[in-house]
Amino acid sequence: MQNAFIELPWAVALILLPLAGAMGCFLFPRISRTLGLMTSFSIVVSVVGLGWQLLEHGSYRHAVGGWGAPLGIELVADGLSLLMLTTTAIVGFAISVYSTTYFKPALAVRFWPIWMCLLAALNALFLSADIFNLYVTLELLGLSAVALTALTGSKEALSGAMRYLLATLLASLAYLLGVALLYHSFGSVDIAVLAQQMQAASPYASGAIWAALGLMAAGLMLKSAVFPLHFWLPPAHGSAPAPVSALLSALVVKASFYILLRLWFTLFEPLVNGEAINTLLGLLGCAAILWGSVQALRQTRLKLLIAYSTVAQIGYLFLVFPLAASMGSIAWNGVAYLIISHALAKSAMFLSAGNLLCFGGHDRIADLDRVVQRLPLTAAAFALAGVSIMGLPPSGGFIGKWLLLEAAIIQGRWDLVAVMILGGLLAAAYIFKVIGHTFTQAPVTHEAQSVSASMQWSALLLAIGAMLLGFLSLPVLSLLNISDITATSGVGL
Amino acid sequence: MSWNAWVPLLVVMSSLLPGLIIFGLAEDKARLRIALNLFGALSKLVLVSWMIWGVYQGYHYETRLPLLPNLELVLRAGPLALLFVSLSTILWLVTTVYAIGYLEDSPHRSRFFGFFSLCVTATVGVALAGNLITFLLFYELLTLATYPLIVHRGTEEARQAGQTYLRYTISGGALLLIGTVWLYSLTGTLEFTPKGFLSNVGEQHYPALITIFALLIAGLGVKAALFPLHGWLPQAMIAPAPVSALLHAVAVVKAGAFGIIRVVYDVFGVEFSAALGVLAPLAWLAAFTIIYGSLRALFQDDLKRRLAYSTISQVSYIALGVAIAGPIATIGGVVHLVHQGLMKITLFFCAGNLAETLGIHKISEMNGVGRRMPWTMAAFTIGAFGMIGAPPIAGFISKWYLGLGALNTGQSWVILVLAGSSLLNAAYFLPILHRAWFMPPPESWPHEHPDKHKGEHKGEHRDKHYWGHKETAWALLLPPLVTAAMALAAGLLVTLPFSPLEWAKLISVREFYQP
Repeated sequence: MQNAFIELPWAVALILLPLAGAMGCFLFPRISRTLGLMTSFSIVVSVVGLGWQLLEHGSYRHAVGGWGAPLGIELVADGLSLLMLTTTAIVGFAISVYSTTYFKPALAVRFWPIWMCLLAALNALFLSADIFNLYVTLELLGLSAVALTALTGSKEALSGAMRYLLATLLASLAYLLGVALLYHSFGSVDIAVLAQQMQAASPYASGAIWAALGLMAAGLMLKSAVFPLHFWLPPAHGSAPAPVSALLSALVVKASFYILLRLWFTLFEPLVNGEAINTLLGLLGCAAILWGSVQALRQTRLKLLIAYSTVAQIGYLFLVFPLAASMGSIAWNGVAYLIISHALAKSAMFLSAGNLLCFGGHDRIADLDRVVQRLPLTAAAFALAGVSIMGLPPSGGFIGKWLLLEAAIIQGRWDLVAVMILGGLLAAAYIFKVIGHTFTQAPVTHEAQSVSASMQWSALLLAIGAMLLGFLSLPVLSLLNISDITATSGVGL
Repeated sequence: MSWNAWVPLLVVMSSLLPGLIIFGLAEDKARLRIALNLFGALSKLVLVSWMIWGVYQGYHYETRLPLLPNLELVLRAGPLALLFVSLSTILWLVTTVYAIGYLEDSPHRSRFFGFFSLCVTATVGVALAGNLITFLLFYELLTLATYPLIVHRGTEEARQAGQTYLRYTISGGALLLIGTVWLYSLTGTLEFTPKGFLSNVGEQHYPALITIFALLIAGLGVKAALFPLHGWLPQAMIAPAPVSALLHAVAVVKAGAFGIIRVVYDVFGVEFSAALGVLAPLAWLAAFTIIYGSLRALFQDDLKRRLAYSTISQVSYIALGVAIAGPIATIGGVVHLVHQGLMKITLFFCAGNLAETLGIHKISEMNGVGRRMPWTMAAFTIGAFGMIGAPPIAGFISKWYLGLGALNTGQSWVILVLAGSSLLNAAYFLPILHRAWFMPPPESWPHEHPDKHKGEHKGEHRDKHYWGHKETAWALLLPPLVTAAMALAAGLLVTLPFSPLEWAKLISVREFYQP
């Protein structure tokens, strides 16, 4: 019985279930809410199943339709993918619960099918093992994300979505060109095969390979919105409906970063092998941290503040490139930890911003008007998520930052230490700017609308999750190191 | 795992859990809230007494939980930890009673008591921390838990004060974080050990160690209000009186001072710090802060602000005692942690009573208040004389040991600082006492408690608020009397086995200068 449970093809279920859910939601709009919620829950169950499988067998491979790597499509899962899938399942479930009451029926009909599509794309992305599949999932992800951004159809949302669409299409195109060039050079799109061949080819890499590297990296960086390619993010994330902003900031941006991380350390690291590019990526990360934080501090509207905070937090992720070069495991663990704790904390933040927006009808920070008394659960969710974003203990953000700081100090990278600390201080400044105003009374009080319990609790539980991560570092990091993918590039433990 | 391994965790939980439950309570469930608060405070008291007895007998109480690869969350009850834990436990109980009386019928009490409990949890965690990362964790938690108490009133002024508080403390926390990670990267451990854990660090790292020491002390100095990092403290006076009392006597300020003791004795080791040459600057800084705080206090007319500057001055006695680096001065510094707490909390309770009962906030309004509120002012007088260092009150013991220790290590300049500070203390406390006891009272008080007189409010309010001929509510009057009595007892009964002084001697022998 137990064996049968483990041996079910959970990875396939992770992709097929949300696809079926999307279809169902589209065909039966009346029950789309129930269908969506059930699908989200079934994804959580499937991830547990997959995790069990991984713990039993180490990494996991599944040849779709019985066709193996060189010809067919393979699904691969290791520690990092499992971590990303788990985060997606948990955050996705919370967002689904939130959305059941957030959207009015007219919008809900449009929201659920696209959201299920997006979940399918995310899960497929984290399970893909070849760069062309990654392209397909990336494109599906981008398009459904744009559609969700434009959901309300307001002028602001449409212009934000349009910018987002242009950016994401350009990025996918660049990535696809890179894929074509690599396929031309090596005759394969499977990451493992490519890694071997590129290792061999690295001393005399041709222009085509360099061009492929540049194009793919640029495309993925544009999608990850690293400074200075972040221009599309604040308007898109700031104008979308709250649950959409949450999933964009928490999951979608991380997906393209995940691909970059994976390709970088399996394909490109042996090729570049020089410090120049790593240093450049690190510099961009630093610039993102400082620029994003300063911009966040200057915002007067809550959702834009949170969106700029995402720009800053993505900067931290890019510090892995200079740090992982010689301090592999510590920096690696730190970045993985930051990814998941940021996903939980930032989605909690956007969801609580959505509550505040429903509650007061606006998101002007200075007019928050005694939210602490009147909407305590939401205020608590925002504050707890803020603690993790600032990197104060006890929270997942603290663990991630501690590991990164440790890696930076061991390498004597005091510039990075200074930037990380400064980023933390700025984060505290912009978060407490909001929290301070939740205590005071606004000059003009607004008629308060009621906010449903499921919306309040889903935000709060996500924030509590980000806190709990501060105590779970050992189990989470041991999951991450199931057949560490860094081992293939020699960066490993 | 034996029962002893869980006691420290239970001590932390005994205020955390009631606090979390209180957050969820409805505003009108006053009885349940009081019951939870008192249950937490009393059970903590029982557990701590248990541990004091056990440690005296030589038992070990230690909780270890995994936190990071190779780093654990360690809660350990050594003699020094217990000194601070018992101080915070006893004063928490007293302050809870006071706060219940003080906040009667004011809004948002669930939130207040919830964060109040979190604050004590963090303080106890700081005290019990067995390594630097656990210390850091609770130290930051303390910053976060006190912020809502400071902005509790929800006015624009309170918000500004809260922002100032955070600007100082979060920056301090960041310095502490850098120092801690750096230290960890050099040594691979952060475990507090008697005589420090740095003896294996090579000599080429000594400049780095000096920088780390400066970072750690700067980070802790913010909360300990060392000059020039003291700016937040007078502003934080905006908080309700029980918060000021707790902030000054136990929680925030003391966490910083306690951290300095830990860093000097259990991270660097006192001999090693002296060899590095980092203690002399710390002593000068502390001495300067002592004089500076007293001078500033002299010119404050607002009672709470004068007390705040007095705190800045008094807490640096602890840092001074540590930095003099001799066994006797150490006893003086460590015992002052307790003595200052007892005396200062008394003073703040009294200031709160004056404000709550008569609306007195300024010293210039205090003429003749001793006749109107004799018991409150009696407690205030004991606290003030203790601060000046008059025997037989607790403050005298601290100053005596500090002076003796300084002479013992040949640093006679400290005597001048102590004498100057005592003179200044007298200069800013005696006029208050003179006003209160010997000047004629005014026709009417600034804002007397409306329900004091019979018949002013009839009906249902009367029973609840009628204070009769008493000078103020029992819940407000008892706490300062109790703490004043304790301050007196700590000075009179110094030779009893569990007096603060005897315990400080035990710490000095067992932890700091063990043979």
